[in-house]
Amino acid sequence: MAETFLYFTDLLGLPVYDLKQRRIGRVRDAALVPLIHPARIDRYLVGAGPSWLSVRYDQISTISLDGIQLSNEKLYPYHSDEYMLRIQRDLLDQQIIDVNGRKVVRVTDISLEVTRADRESLMILEVDVGMRSILRRLLQGVVPPRWVRRIQRPISPNSIRWEFCNIVEADPLRRLRLNISNDKLERLHPADLADIVEELGPAEREAIFETMDSEVAAEALSEIDPKMQASILEALEPEVAADIVEEMSPDEAAHALSELEEETTAGILEEMETEPLSDVKELLEYDEGTAGGMMNTEAIVLPEDTTLSSAMLSLREHEDLLENTHVLFLANLAGQITAAVPLARLFLADGGSRLRDLATDPLISTKVDEKQNRVTELFDKYNLLALPVVDDDGSLAGVITADDVISVLRQR
Amino acid sequence: MKELFSRFRKHILIFLAVLGPGFITAVVDNDSGGIYTYSQAGARWLYLPLWTLLPITVALIVTQEMCSRMGAVTGKGLSDLIREEFGLRVTFLIMILLVFLNLTNIMAEFAGVATSLDLFGVSKFISVPIAAIVVWFVAVKGNYQSVEKIFLFACVIYVAYVIAGVLVKPDWKEAMIYSVRPRLMLDSGYIAMLIAMVGTTIAPWMQFYLQAAVVEKGITAKEYRESRIEVIVGCIMTSVIAFFIIVACAGAYRDHPTDIQSAKEAALAFKPFGEYAFILFSAGLFNASIFAACILPLSTAYSVCEGLGFESGVNRRWREAPVFYWLYTLLIVVGAGIVLFPGFSMVQMILLSQLLNGMLLPVILIFMLVLINRTSLMKEWINPRAYNVVAWATVAVVIGMTLALTGITIRNPQ
Repeated sequence: MAETFLYFTDLLGLPVYDLKQRRIGRVRDAALVPLIHPARIDRYLVGAGPSWLSVRYDQISTISLDGIQLSNEKLYPYHSDEYMLRIQRDLLDQQIIDVNGRKVVRVTDISLEVTRADRESLMILEVDVGMRSILRRLLQGVVPPRWVRRIQRPISPNSIRWEFCNIVEADPLRRLRLNISNDKLERLHPADLADIVEELGPAEREAIFETMDSEVAAEALSEIDPKMQASILEALEPEVAADIVEEMSPDEAAHALSELEEETTAGILEEMETEPLSDVKELLEYDEGTAGGMMNTEAIVLPEDTTLSSAMLSLREHEDLLENTHVLFLANLAGQITAAVPLARLFLADGGSRLRDLATDPLISTKVDEKQNRVTELFDKYNLLALPVVDDDGSLAGVITADDVISVLRQR
Repeated sequence: MKELFSRFRKHILIFLAVLGPGFITAVVDNDSGGIYTYSQAGARWLYLPLWTLLPITVALIVTQEMCSRMGAVTGKGLSDLIREEFGLRVTFLIMILLVFLNLTNIMAEFAGVATSLDLFGVSKFISVPIAAIVVWFVAVKGNYQSVEKIFLFACVIYVAYVIAGVLVKPDWKEAMIYSVRPRLMLDSGYIAMLIAMVGTTIAPWMQFYLQAAVVEKGITAKEYRESRIEVIVGCIMTSVIAFFIIVACAGAYRDHPTDIQSAKEAALAFKPFGEYAFILFSAGLFNASIFAACILPLSTAYSVCEGLGFESGVNRRWREAPVFYWLYTLLIVVGAGIVLFPGFSMVQMILLSQLLNGMLLPVILIFMLVLINRTSLMKEWINPRAYNVVAWATVAVVIGMTLALTGITIRNPQ
């Protein structure tokens, strides 16, 4: 009877027969060679006496629960090969990332599809987790595979398709040899990525941040618990850490750096480029419990007499800031902030109107040394999305946005 | 006055700030099982068992330090490591063992609640179900973090044991001599009590709990040194309290050593406090029991789900983590349910649970020892030789005592 799929627990221990129907041994492990094919089982490691033989996928004619039939007898002894991802050793019982379900899971078993062309070979179909696969593992080798399939039937399966699995490998050299990338992770929402990273061990965590695109890494890092942020940044090379910190918004960067030891902070600051550096350095000066410690320095400030059409022009120039901008600020000639204009009002006004007339009155602002508590009160009382923070001379020092307030409240 | 208050507040804040996983674990160590085991040790054998405290403390420090080191270096819990290094079958067996042991402990905690309130005439059919419901809600719906601080602060009540130990005017000379003079007897009761003392002090569940707590707190190998001090201080404190519980009970029972059968008898340790004796004992036991009852089922559910790869965490909903919630609920329901059986002899069962913990401790210790000596896992942080010697000696001694106990029991069936 030919099966359309096999579990890895079935495959382990299957007898292997040569051309003359002699049993040469049993399957002890199987391996992918990801550089050649991402899902096909490329090698079968067969225990024959004390040593292991390595059988390539194209030396096999049929695979079923009754055994593996070889089509070729030129077998080589197995010697450790760095390009192999061994299922039993490297995958089973280890943690992988389920990109689709956005969580870390532990591999209990693997479902393999039997594909039939001129020969039969196995493709990894799914990674199995949950009760059903646990039962299989417990009964493996004790109860015949066909019985196990019958027993497990009432339990609903819980699997992750192989293409949604992201393997975590801490060793950079091995990652290269096994062709493991974090492409799939980079497509996740940074907040989900942050949750996943928090669940991993420190070595895996650092490996992910080291290899990921620094922009994605920065966004994810901003979402991580401050204490863990610090331990990640400390573990990274200063250049890598600096690349990531540069991509963070200045207030998030300052937050993260303030948790570090002074020496590490200095090391990272040294590696940073000048432009974000000055902002971050400035923010680091403020006490964390004050408005200065909550704000970020990225804001769009326009002259008081700006018209709508010229405002639109300068918005185009600041495209990178738009995602987090809800309010524009107007300043007089002395540089003092005089008005705040909600971005949404620009859509309804006609081209010739002056921004001054679109402002919300009166202007609500706060000083850099204002207490955190007071700031959250202001947000609550005036239903703010953004609050300008001014220096003693009335010029804009930074802006606190609603998400900063939510972070502060959540941390209590 | 105001100044005094603010100074007092500052002290409390400092106290709360230094609290870490090691300290909390040490405090929870003196739970209902601990209190009864030490009380029984003192009441039945007077100062004889005091000598065990020194070696037990050393073993406790070593095992706790090993767990927190493994947590800090690998960033993984003990059940995670067992799964990754030994595979599913071994993990499954260990988890069954852990669930069984922790069930006996949870039962002991609810029995502690029942006996402490029984002193005031509250029936166990009222106290235990209410306690079970409260415990369930505190972890799942409530804010455990703040409740934990209340529990910890209430543990100051243990100081009463120190005072009682002094007021009861024990024979200090004898106490000191027996603290350093080992006394071995091939008496099944005596050996069982020694195993129970090991089991209650170095409880298997603590190894899982402490390592998970270290990981949870994000302590890394680099910051680990500070954490080690906290672990050591916590362990010593645990043993000091154990010492005074034994001394207080030995003082109270010096003329007629007996087996403790009820809370009333254990409360005699507080005799010097006169009419307040029951209140003190009851409050201390109640706090310790309910504190541990909050931690144990949750910690068990986390360990099992992590080891077997089920979703876990109170921030997930029931539908997302069904195994976690069902296991958690069942542990509480069964643990509390056993106590409600008519004719359930509380104190004997509590002592028995600690004996089981002691007898099965070597299994967990052996796995820890294998793990912590793997260079692939621990790199330069593998166990120093002295630690290995102490931990293996603990394993050997406990197995030896268990064999001796079994031998004696088979030879002279009662």
